[in-house]
Amino acid sequence: MNSTHDLGGMHGHGRIDRSQTVDFEHGWERRVFALTLACGMLGKWNLDESRHARETMDPGDYLKSSYYEHWLHGLEQLLLSKGLISKEELEAGILDGRTTDAAVPAEGVAEMLGRGGPVEMEIDRPAAFAVGDPVTARNFNPKSHTRSPRYVRGRRGVVTGHHGAHIFPDRHAATGEKVAEHLYSVRFEADEIWGPRDAEPGAPVYVDLFEPYLEPVR
Amino acid sequence: MTDPLPHHSHGPSEIESRVRRLEKLLVEKGLVDPAAMDELVDTYENRVGPKNGARVVARAWTDPDYRRRLLENPTEAIMELGYRGRQGEHMKVVENTGTVHNMVVCTLCSCYPWPVLGLPPAWYKASSYRARAVSEPRAVLAEFGVELGDDVEIRVWDSTAEVRYLVLPRRPEGTGAMSEDELSELVSRDSMIGVALVGVPDSRS
Repeated sequence: MNSTHDLGGMHGHGRIDRSQTVDFEHGWERRVFALTLACGMLGKWNLDESRHARETMDPGDYLKSSYYEHWLHGLEQLLLSKGLISKEELEAGILDGRTTDAAVPAEGVAEMLGRGGPVEMEIDRPAAFAVGDPVTARNFNPKSHTRSPRYVRGRRGVVTGHHGAHIFPDRHAATGEKVAEHLYSVRFEADEIWGPRDAEPGAPVYVDLFEPYLEPVR
Repeated sequence: MTDPLPHHSHGPSEIESRVRRLEKLLVEKGLVDPAAMDELVDTYENRVGPKNGARVVARAWTDPDYRRRLLENPTEAIMELGYRGRQGEHMKVVENTGTVHNMVVCTLCSCYPWPVLGLPPAWYKASSYRARAVSEPRAVLAEFGVELGDDVEIRVWDSTAEVRYLVLPRRPEGTGAMSEDELSELVSRDSMIGVALVGVPDSRS
């Protein structure tokens, strides 16, 4: 989806503010972080759905709000859409429905973090591209989740690496299905992306792109 | 004159109340264990951080076999030192040289190699860095105090999939006699994101 989360190349955001040196500036941010991870461990949604839920925030609100407000928005949306809480419960903060014993206990946390969520998969199709191949990032504009950033779409690059096959995030976010797609590292010259007038010299960008995001250069 | 109720002079903000309500609801529902929340916070606020990555870098600087394994099979080589799991499942290590400097960004969200660097700094997640790192990395580096000549290529790695990047910085000159432990103290978080160089330590003579 083409929204404000897709920030690469935008102007007007000013200098980089490095004044915050702690992980959490406010106590509530620490709670949102922990709630998001703890709820994620319930296994009711995947990381791509979680990213997409944050991206659905109103674009104006997204830019005006802080990072953990994005997380809070995403968490609330997921809890509602998966039916874990009701709208009435969320608004009132009062329990009005079934309880569960699904919570992951503290003793289970280290093991789950250590396992993580590997996304590499077997694939039965050969890779369409090889290292050294010129490719064009497909010009497409899905309203749903994708990990092809706008600033490379329609641009030419060269495949510099093949990461094997990973879970395709577009489908994973939309339906939860785990479909394997080849994943490549693609190098784009700065001139090609930003134009020769505005590109910095010698500053290529390497982007990890799935096979459906790419087309051969004819 | 002192305020008799200093902590109540400002009520909780709207967002504080919203979060508190949600936490209470989720705990009552049985969806979240408060002790698990404490464990999650403690893990990332106090235990996992850039000291892990610095250990990886220092090992690579002092052990050529380890450096080779780190570049060829980064996830496994990092696991050798005990760092693994969430947001580090698929690692790639990019090495700085005299002619190539690497820096890492996530323009779409805030992807970052948690097991080796901990949680990302606030600026890494903020719009300015995410917007500018890909289009004007030299200007961004200059803001961080890093000026590299045009003979050094700046490679920007946008973490758009589940591959997580760790920059292997250049070992500073004059550190030949330092141990792995001493070297790891020199390696900053920012140098492993690629927005800083590893400085030459002060001369002790």
